Amino acid sequence: MSAAPVVLAASSATTVAPIQTPHVEYSSISPLLIVLGLAFAGILVEAFAASEARRRIQPVLAFAGFAAAFIAVVLLHSRRATLVSGALAIDGPTLFLEGTILLFGLFAVLLVAERRLDSSGGAIVASASVTPGAAGSTAMQTSKEVQTEAYPLLAFSVSGMLMFVASNNLLVMFVALEILSLPLYLLAGLARRRRLLSQEAAMKYFLLGAFSSAFFLYGLAMIYGYAGTVRLGAIADAAGSASANDTYLYLGMGLLAVGFFFKIGAAPFHSWTPDVYQGSPTPVTAFMAAATKVAAFGGLLRVFYVAFGGLRWDWRPVIWGVAILTMAIGAVLALTQRDIKRMLAYSAIAHAGFLLVGLAAANTDGLSGSMFYLVTYGFTTIAAFAVVSLVRTGDGEASDLSQWQGLGRTSPWLAGIFAFLLLALAGIPLTSGFTGKFAVFQSAIEGDATPLVVIALVCSAIAAFFYVRVIVLMFFSDPPADGPVVVTRPSLTYATVGVGALVTLLLGVAPQPLLDLASHAAASGFVR
Amino acid sequence: MNPGNYLVLSGLLFAIGAVGVLVRRNAIVVFMCVELMLNAVNLSLVTFSRIQGNLEGQVIAFFVMVVAAAEVVIGLAIILTIFRTRRSASVDDVNLLKY
Repeated sequence: MSAAPVVLAASSATTVAPIQTPHVEYSSISPLLIVLGLAFAGILVEAFAASEARRRIQPVLAFAGFAAAFIAVVLLHSRRATLVSGALAIDGPTLFLEGTILLFGLFAVLLVAERRLDSSGGAIVASASVTPGAAGSTAMQTSKEVQTEAYPLLAFSVSGMLMFVASNNLLVMFVALEILSLPLYLLAGLARRRRLLSQEAAMKYFLLGAFSSAFFLYGLAMIYGYAGTVRLGAIADAAGSASANDTYLYLGMGLLAVGFFFKIGAAPFHSWTPDVYQGSPTPVTAFMAAATKVAAFGGLLRVFYVAFGGLRWDWRPVIWGVAILTMAIGAVLALTQRDIKRMLAYSAIAHAGFLLVGLAAANTDGLSGSMFYLVTYGFTTIAAFAVVSLVRTGDGEASDLSQWQGLGRTSPWLAGIFAFLLLALAGIPLTSGFTGKFAVFQSAIEGDATPLVVIALVCSAIAAFFYVRVIVLMFFSDPPADGPVVVTRPSLTYATVGVGALVTLLLGVAPQPLLDLASHAAASGFVR
Repeated sequence: MNPGNYLVLSGLLFAIGAVGVLVRRNAIVVFMCVELMLNAVNLSLVTFSRIQGNLEGQVIAFFVMVVAAAEVVIGLAIILTIFRTRRSASVDDVNLLKY
């Protein structure tokens, strides 16, 4: 076989065409630029401000930056275009998901900035490089110092997420995947208490994350070999013409899916989720559970709708299988958990399965339903993790379920809100969990996936059992004598819990405005 | 020479890397196996670039190298902190989080 000759522009000096520089529409990528600018500003603050000043400046800077980026997203609401030579796409789903990610980023800043958690103040370690068990490491737990690098890391991660949901090109998507993942690997290792667990979570997340991104990249290479390009629209055209070697296409699609399934925590690539969620500092866990899922699902939806939209009869059975496996594993294994964060992690896995039901629907309603579900799930889960961070014993969070016994007697308000959030995660009517599940399942039935919806309902029923078990434990058993204490007056965490619970209630009672927004965003579809 | 041979080679390297991640115990070696996987992908990208007759694949390979370098920085930092705590880089020793 003779390969086509590669003409290098430099080798034929007479015919050098001027390189076309891409036209960059700065205003249309302003949310991304604001968050990246915020991240770099955060690094400069780290370099030049004193530690006392850093602790005050960084949260304000991060909050203002995310808020400004959110406003930029709102101002862009009607833009539909591809930008930077087709590398990025700005359309309904992009803007909806970017806004969602930025809102979750705002809440993550509030949770990370909380300083009243116990005598130590804050959930982020004072100095990540001090070895646990070494001289001075105990004093570090109550130190007022804090590793304020967490804020720029958070901003870098959010910028990667914004790029990930907007990328219209597999290469940009891979780079964005790394930008969003690498700061998260570090953030996972920054817990103030239980340093060993935190470091272990960081290492497991890193090794498995790097492993899965290698699979994503190999998928990218296969798709490039098939289509000769990594632009999503051109891949769809090549797949439609059916002239090239299909083996590369299907190999590439499968390998890309492995990378996505890892990021959303779908079975059989879920094994990192419980370990990382348990070991990470709780604000970071809340951020990961909500925002990473939005970003990863946004990318997954875009690739499968745009690049592989014509092949939906080939990928739907796989999505069915993965969705069933994910829901079953998440719901059943959550039953056996003794640790509250681990239980919520398995609940996150089950929810990834419910979201995949929306993808299996493979229609416009499935797209809008999935996006609506991501918002409802994100607000509820951030508020739930925020409550978890407030119930503490002498050595950190009261993570063991037995320590939550009788919390309804000692702090009825907090336990009541937590019970409400758990009911929302279970999908009880009058909560956002119900409307989210309803939107997704309805679209799946329209998309001829009724058996899948039946299985999803069975899994929801199994999952409801372990949520209700926690509620029974809190309200119908006596508190132990040396029970956990609830943090007094943690205003920032209270704000997060309050807004999260309020949104959960509002979207359960009056979901129509957001449903309209989601279906409006989905109706125009993905630009190519 | 048939470019298909390079694709087979890159597939083999990728498989060696993947198996290495699954069976090796030392975190550094596991990480090196991940790097081997990334470089195997680079080889297939360059080969596909030759087959397709455009330069996009070679440009992507540059991006992959930069990303891999950034990943090394983060990865070695994490492995180093674990090593200083436990005096071991074995992935079998980090077993507090389970079930």
